Amino acid sequence: MAHTVTSPVYVVQDNIDTDQIIPAQYLTLVPTIPDEYDKLGSYALIGLPDALYPTRFVEEGQFKSPYKIVIGGRNFGCGSSREHAPIALGAAGVEAVVADSFARIFFRNCVATGECYPYDTPVRLCDVLHTGDIATLDFDHDTLTANGVTYSLKPLGEVRPVIEAGGIFNFARQSGMIPAQG
Amino acid sequence: MIPSPMTLTEKVLARASGKTHVQPGDNVWVNVDVLMTHDVCGPGTIGVFKREFGKDAKVWDRNRVVIIPDHYIFTADSMSNRNVDILRDFVREQELPYFYDVIDDPSGHWKFDASQGQLQRQYGSRYTGVCHTTLPWKGHTRPGEVLFGTDSHTCMAGAFNQFATGIGNTDAGFILGTGKLLIKVPESMRFYLEGNLPPGVMAKDVILHVIGEIGFDGATYRAMQWEGPGVHGMSMDDRMTIANMAIEAGGKNGIFPCDQKTLDYVRERVEENGTKSAFEPAEIDRDQSFVYDRVFDLSKLEPTVACHPDPGNRKTAKELEHVTLDRAYIGSCTGGKTSDFLAFAEVVRGKTVKIDTFGVPATTKVVQELKDTLWGGQSVWQILESAGVRLTENASCAACLGGPVDTFGRLNKPMKCISATNRNFPGRMGNKESEVYLASPYTVAASALTGHITDPRTFIS
Ligand code: SF4
Repeated sequence: MAHTVTSPVYVVQDNIDTDQIIPAQYLTLVPTIPDEYDKLGSYALIGLPDALYPTRFVEEGQFKSPYKIVIGGRNFGCGSSREHAPIALGAAGVEAVVADSFARIFFRNCVATGECYPYDTPVRLCDVLHTGDIATLDFDHDTLTANGVTYSLKPLGEVRPVIEAGGIFNFARQSGMIPAQG
Repeated sequence: MIPSPMTLTEKVLARASGKTHVQPGDNVWVNVDVLMTHDVCGPGTIGVFKREFGKDAKVWDRNRVVIIPDHYIFTADSMSNRNVDILRDFVREQELPYFYDVIDDPSGHWKFDASQGQLQRQYGSRYTGVCHTTLPWKGHTRPGEVLFGTDSHTCMAGAFNQFATGIGNTDAGFILGTGKLLIKVPESMRFYLEGNLPPGVMAKDVILHVIGEIGFDGATYRAMQWEGPGVHGMSMDDRMTIANMAIEAGGKNGIFPCDQKTLDYVRERVEENGTKSAFEPAEIDRDQSFVYDRVFDLSKLEPTVACHPDPGNRKTAKELEHVTLDRAYIGSCTGGKTSDFLAFAEVVRGKTVKIDTFGVPATTKVVQELKDTLWGGQSVWQILESAGVRLTENASCAACLGGPVDTFGRLNKPMKCISATNRNFPGRMGNKESEVYLASPYTVAASALTGHITDPRTFIS
């Protein structure tokens, strides 16, 4: 996996719950069925109120988003335990979510699935960055650089190798916790 | 050596991981007592299990898996109907004893018949309804145990003195294959309740008040432990309402002490359903340490409302009397129990609702109890219907989480709804421009009668 990613960012505010990330009517899609996985990507963040977020995250008719980095405020991913949420973001091409804080189950689901990196930011980036700004996320130095400024992020620590391995199963196999797949 | 004190959550997790002591921050492998999944996350969980353990793999313990279709059941959406079939195929293949199927034929296909309408019963004899209310009813919740479920409100079972929390499909798939999960021991917060609830104030008001106090993320990664004489005065239904909404403050779990009420409730149900009867409650230690410790006087609480757009956005019902409403809704794991409907009926009895009002019992047992409970020769079911409530026999999650567009009670256009459910983020009940106000069944009932948010004490002597 590349150790940096450069992409326009998509900026959201506090309390983006799982219904806004992937609304309940799309939960009939089963993430382990490949076609349905791709479809989940096409609906990522479609539950955001249009008035607050006039720019769509994924263009109508597309499966991928141009934004590989999502910037959020407090409590990103709160609400339901649906793994469809990090999966929809991952399927849309998101590499990382950088937020003030994360809801517990969302954070855990990011790690378990290996779909995207949940980075905590000590500086409230959702107030200084705008959707479309180009940023570079450096996974080795735990920094995000945008508009000429470099921000330090909280290091991912013990969860990084799990996500890098592609989720808990691969990680558990690599480390011998469960047997290799026959 | 005197063992150092632990909180209830720490005790349960220590025992489940075979340790004498754990402390917050420890990562431990716990043995899982029960894994619950449903029609929304079950198919994906099964997919993960097969992908990772092979297509012929068997679950770690047939008797510890509980599968409850409850979310998108009474809808003509073909994908939703298919998802229930995926569960049934898996249950048959794995020979799982605890599957509360919508239909009776173990090799049939579920198809909702929209032509019969939404109100009339369309399920077989095994169907139960909402998972979190089904688990205790069917004898799957026991003190001192560890329960994981692929649903964030799994924390409701903390009412029964167990560690219960929601997880994703991947974690659940891992459990299906191994019976274990690696988790971090959370810090505990204590909410010590004193006094009794005044008339017109319910358990729902307690939890809405507390979330307003600590904030929508005030318990993130933490356990919410409930103690004090106020707790012992509460029914098991009340405790469930409170434990259910730990997640609305970001909590990992909520947990209650085990008392005689817990024991009576659990013993009766495990016996009735022939589920495992042995369990070991976690007792309260002296000198536990908490990261937050506060006393709440129940007698001071008022009818409380969480305003759009999050469950921590607290006001009293009185402050909101100017808010006019389009709809009232009573239902869900939090607010669709028999006791919730009885409270609602107390208020609307002999009167007529002024706005569209939908009632969805959490379980099929609630339907039965409302029909069997007679007040002055009339069943509560009839009392509610004559007050103008649109009641369905099809117990399920229904519009609590929006769902497919034909879901009963779903907010299909921008509107203001007062609801006895637990979550009000934008779009939760359907249309993303609508507004949902969370309140107790009393407050929802009083507001249904007037058409604006109303303090129920106007109607309760
Ligand atoms: S009733 Fe609502 S909160 Fe409860 S399990 Fe169903 S969707 Fe979730």
